[in-house]
Amino acid sequence: MPAISTTSLESAHHRFESSSTASDDHDDSPIELHDVSHSSSPNRTPSESRSSEDSDGFVEIAEPKKEAHVGVDSWAQNNGSMNGKVWSRGDASASSRLCEKSSYKVEEYPDAPWYTSVLVCFSYAVMIILSKFADWLRKKGYFKVPKAQEHYRQKDFAPLKGGFESLYLDNLYRIACDVMNRPLASVPGAIMTLRDRTTYNHGWQFVYTGTTSEVLNMGSYNYLGFSSNSGPCADAAAKAITADGLATCATRHEFGMTKIQHNLEKYVAEYLGTESALCFPMGFGTNSMNIPCLVEKGCLILSDELNHASLVLGCRMSGASIKVFKHNNAKDLERQIRNAIVAGQPKSGKPYKKIMIIVEGIYSMEGTIVHLPDIIAVKKKYGAYLFLDEAHSVGALGPSGKGVVEYWGCDPADVDIMMGTLTKSFAAAGGYIAGRKRTIEHIRAKSQGCCYGTTMSAPVIAQVSSSMQIMLGHDGTDEGSIRTQRLARNTRYFRQRLRNMGFLIYGHDDSPVIPLMTFFVTKVVCFGRETLKRNLGVVSVGAPATPLTKSRARFCISASHTKEQLDKALEIVSEIGDVTRTKYGRVNNTEIVAY
Amino acid sequence: MDSVVIPIYTTIVSVPYYHYVLEGLLVLVVVFLWNRRNRRPRRPQLTEEEKEELIRKWQPEPLVPDTPQDHPALNPKYVDGKMGKYVSIEGKDYLNLATSNFLGLVGDERIEEVAKKTIYKYGVGSCGPRGFYGTVDVHLDLEKQLAEFMGCEEAVLYSYGFATIASAIPAYAKRGDIIYADKGVNFAIQKGLQASRSQIEWFEHNDMEDFERLLKIQAEKDLKNPKKAKVTRRFMVVEGLYLNSGDLCPLPTLMELKWKYKVRIFIDESLSFGVVGSRGRGVTEHFGVDVTDVDMIMASLENAVASTGGFCCGRSYVVSHQRLSGLGYCFSASLPPLLTTAASEALRIMDEEPERFDHLRSNGRRMLEGLRAAIADTLFYVQGDALSPVFHIKYRSDDVEEAEKKLDALVDNAFEKGLALTRARYLVGEEAFPIVPSIRLTVNSQLTSEEVDKSLKTIAEVVRSLTKK
Repeated sequence: MPAISTTSLESAHHRFESSSTASDDHDDSPIELHDVSHSSSPNRTPSESRSSEDSDGFVEIAEPKKEAHVGVDSWAQNNGSMNGKVWSRGDASASSRLCEKSSYKVEEYPDAPWYTSVLVCFSYAVMIILSKFADWLRKKGYFKVPKAQEHYRQKDFAPLKGGFESLYLDNLYRIACDVMNRPLASVPGAIMTLRDRTTYNHGWQFVYTGTTSEVLNMGSYNYLGFSSNSGPCADAAAKAITADGLATCATRHEFGMTKIQHNLEKYVAEYLGTESALCFPMGFGTNSMNIPCLVEKGCLILSDELNHASLVLGCRMSGASIKVFKHNNAKDLERQIRNAIVAGQPKSGKPYKKIMIIVEGIYSMEGTIVHLPDIIAVKKKYGAYLFLDEAHSVGALGPSGKGVVEYWGCDPADVDIMMGTLTKSFAAAGGYIAGRKRTIEHIRAKSQGCCYGTTMSAPVIAQVSSSMQIMLGHDGTDEGSIRTQRLARNTRYFRQRLRNMGFLIYGHDDSPVIPLMTFFVTKVVCFGRETLKRNLGVVSVGAPATPLTKSRARFCISASHTKEQLDKALEIVSEIGDVTRTKYGRVNNTEIVAY
Repeated sequence: MDSVVIPIYTTIVSVPYYHYVLEGLLVLVVVFLWNRRNRRPRRPQLTEEEKEELIRKWQPEPLVPDTPQDHPALNPKYVDGKMGKYVSIEGKDYLNLATSNFLGLVGDERIEEVAKKTIYKYGVGSCGPRGFYGTVDVHLDLEKQLAEFMGCEEAVLYSYGFATIASAIPAYAKRGDIIYADKGVNFAIQKGLQASRSQIEWFEHNDMEDFERLLKIQAEKDLKNPKKAKVTRRFMVVEGLYLNSGDLCPLPTLMELKWKYKVRIFIDESLSFGVVGSRGRGVTEHFGVDVTDVDMIMASLENAVASTGGFCCGRSYVVSHQRLSGLGYCFSASLPPLLTTAASEALRIMDEEPERFDHLRSNGRRMLEGLRAAIADTLFYVQGDALSPVFHIKYRSDDVEEAEKKLDALVDNAFEKGLALTRARYLVGEEAFPIVPSIRLTVNSQLTSEEVDKSLKTIAEVVRSLTKK
C-alpha cells in the first residue's frame, strides 16, 4: 500500500505543481507528500479490486469484504486521502465494527459530548421560557413591537399563523435574523460587497446605513469560480441578449422551444456522458415538477433522510409510497428494499410496480458525498432505479468536474436519472435532467416542467454553455481542469487546517461543503456576526434546517479562493472559535498542512 | 393516610360483584379486538427462504413507458432568435400569435441594455438562495417597486413563475384547512392545492351561486362545531384572467363572499398582471377593488413582464410569512440579477407608456370580433373575454379525437401561411378536470390592425378549407 500511494501521490504533486502556476503561492512539496500520506487511513482499496469488479460488471455484496469500500477511483487516490479520515476521528471503532458485518460503508458522525447536548437543550429551554414571557409582556401591552398586524376588518377570521411557529419566529429567529438574508451589492465572487445594515429594534426592521463592506465570500455556491462580471462567460451572456432576447414567454410544449436551449441540452448530455438531457429554468422546479412523471401510485420511493426539500416535495406530489432510509447508509437502504419487496404495497400487499432510490451527490448541510458504488450495487441487486441529484456535486467533484459519478469512477449508465443544477458550479440558474434517450423522451412528453413551465432565458443558457465549454476544454485551454484542481486543493487544505485547529468538521474530505459544528444555535449566530465583523461571510444554519441540537456554520469553498484568502479566513475562524468555544474536536498542533 | 385509603376501600367493597365481572369481560373483549386488529394486516410469517424467493421473483416495471415518436413534444419547432412579434423558424419568419409577450417587451432595447449592464456588474447567476448570500440589492429594489406598483405593503420575489403559485398556496393552507377553488384554475394552482393537503372544495367555473352553496354547507357544519370552525382557515383561490378559458373572474362578488363568510382570497394574476386595468395593475384596478382587501395576489413575471420569475404581494402580515414557509422561496436559488433588473425596467416602461395597454386591448377586441366573424357558421368557436389577450379556439364535436385533428390541421395550415399558432397543451390525466382541446391564440400590443386583419383572413381561409372537406 505505501508503494502505491507514494507513486500516486507523486503524480498528484506534479499535477498540483502544474496547476499552481495560476496561484502565486506554492509551498514546498515534501511536506505535502508526507502529510497527505500520513492522513490517509489504512482501509484504502487498491485500484485492482475496482477493475476486477468492473470485469464481472456486478459487485458482489453478499460476501463481506475486508477492506470493503469499493469505488475509490484513481483520481481520488491521486489526490491524496479521501477515505474514512473524517469518520475515524470520533467513533472509529463503531464504524469499523459496522463495516465488518456488511460490505457497505456506514458512517457515524462524531457527536458532541453528552453534557454539551444537555446544555444545548437547556439553552433552548431558557430561550423558550423567555420568549413566552416576552409574548406575555407584549400581549399585556407593556412594550410594543412593530410587528405587521392583521387587517382591521379581518381580526375575526381564523388566525393565519400562531402557536409555536409564531413564538419561534417572533422571538428567536427575529433576534438572529441579521445573520441571514444579507444583501449583496456585487457579484458573488471570492470577494463580495455587502450592503451594511443595522437594526434598532432587535431585527424587526433593518436600516441601510448607505455604506458597503468588502467581505470574503465563503457562503455562495460558486464552486468553480464562474461567478464573475467579466470574462468570456459574461460576454457570451451579454451577446446572447442581443441575439436571442431575454424571455420566451412560452412553455416548451406550446411554442417556447428555442434552438439555443436545444443546443444547450446537447452540451449537457455530452458533459455528463449520457444519451440525452433536458434543461429547466429553476433547479428546485426540476425536482418538484419532474419526479411525479417518473413514479406514481403503486411505486415506492426510497429517499435519503437528508434529501433536499425539492426532492421531498417532488416525492410527495408523485403519490408514490415513500420510505426514508438512514443518511448515506446503503445497508439500511438494502434492508428497507428487502422488507418493501416482501411486504408489498401498503394495504393491498400487491408487489410494487417499481422502486426508485433518490440520493444526492453532496448533501448541502452535512458535506457528505454519497457512496455511489454501494448505492449502485444495491440498485442493481434488486432491480431498483436510481435518481441522483447532483445539485452540489456537478462541477465540484471529479477530475474534470463531471460530478460524483466521475468521482467514484462509476458508469453514468448505471444512474437512471441524473439531475443537477446549473445555479451553483456554472453560476447561472436552472437545472437539468439527463439519462437514457427513452427516459428523457418520456419526461419531455409527460412532465409538468415541460408542459407548464416556461423555457430558459437566453443569457442564462449562454452562461451555462460557455462555462461548460471551458470545463470540457473546448475553448482550447486547460482552464477547466485547473479550476477543478484548485477547488480540490483548496477544499482539502481548508478542511485539514480547520480540523487541526480543533474544530469538529462533518462531511467527506473532498467535499467543498464544510459544516463546522457549533451545536448551540446561540453560538452559530455569534459565529456569523463575529466573522462578518472581521469581513468574512459564512452561512449560519440552525433549526429547522438542521436538527435542533446540531447548529452549524457552513463554508463553501470555491476554486477562486486564493491561499491567502483561505489563510485569512482560517485565522479569523480560529480566533472566533476560541471566543465562542466551538472547538469541539481534537487539536493537532504538530501537523503542518501544505497547500 | 387513612383518610385517603379508607374511602377507596369502602368504595371498592360497596360495588356489586357483577360489576367487576362485566368490566373484566369488557377488558377481555378490548384485548381480543386489539389483537385481531394488529394481526389482520400481517400475513403469515415468512421464512427466510420464502423471502428470498419473493425478492428474486420481483420484477420491476420499466422506468418509463415508450413514448410514441410522433408525440408533438418530441418534434417541436425550434425558434431561432428572439421570441418577438415575428419568430424565425428555419430561416422563415412567422407572425407570432402563440406566446404571451402581451406588451411586446421581448426584444425591447431599453430592457436589454439594462440587463447587459447588470451582467457586467453582478454576473449572471446569484449562486445561492435568498437566505445565504443570494439576496442581491436588485431583488430588494424590485420587491419594493412591485409593492409600490400594485399599491401593496410588501412583495416577495420568486425565481420561477410556476413555483410561485405552487409554493405560495401551501405556505398558508395546511392540513385541516379548507380551500375553495374554481374548477377552471390552471395547473400551477392545482399543484399548490395538492401540496397543501387541505380539504379542497371545487365550485363550477365562475359560478358564484355554486360557490355560495358550498359556503352555506360549510356554515351549517360550523354551527355544529364552533370550536373547530374558529381555527379552520378558509381560502378561495381564483385566477384574475383564466389561462384555460380567457375568462375574467367576478371579483366584486368574490369580495362580498369573502367578507360574508370570512374566507381569505388569493388571486393568481399571472395572466392579468400588466394586461387588465387601465394602468395594467390587474383585476383589482379593473373592478375598482381596494387591493389591501385582497389577502394575496400572486403573479408570474413570465408573461407581460417578459422576464423570468414571479411574485406575491399583499399586506406584510400575510405575505412576509412565506419568506420562511414558501418552499420555492426558501430552498431555491434566487432570480438571476439580470432578469431582476429586466423586470424592473419593464415595470418602468409600463408606467411610462400606458398606451401599450390600450393597444393591447384594442388588438384583443379586434381579434375577438374578427375571429367570431371569421369562423361564424362553422363548427369552430371562440372563447374568451373581450378584455383578455388570450382566446381559445375550440371545435364543436363529441369526438375529442376529431376535434383535436381539426385543431391541429388549423394550426398546421396556418403555419404554412406564415402564422404561428399553438394548441393549448395539457397533461391528459394529470389535470383535475377534463379539458376541451383548443388553440390558445394570443395578441400583443405591437400588432398593427393590418397584421390583425391579415391573420384573421388567413385563419378564415384555413377554417373554410377545413370545413369544406
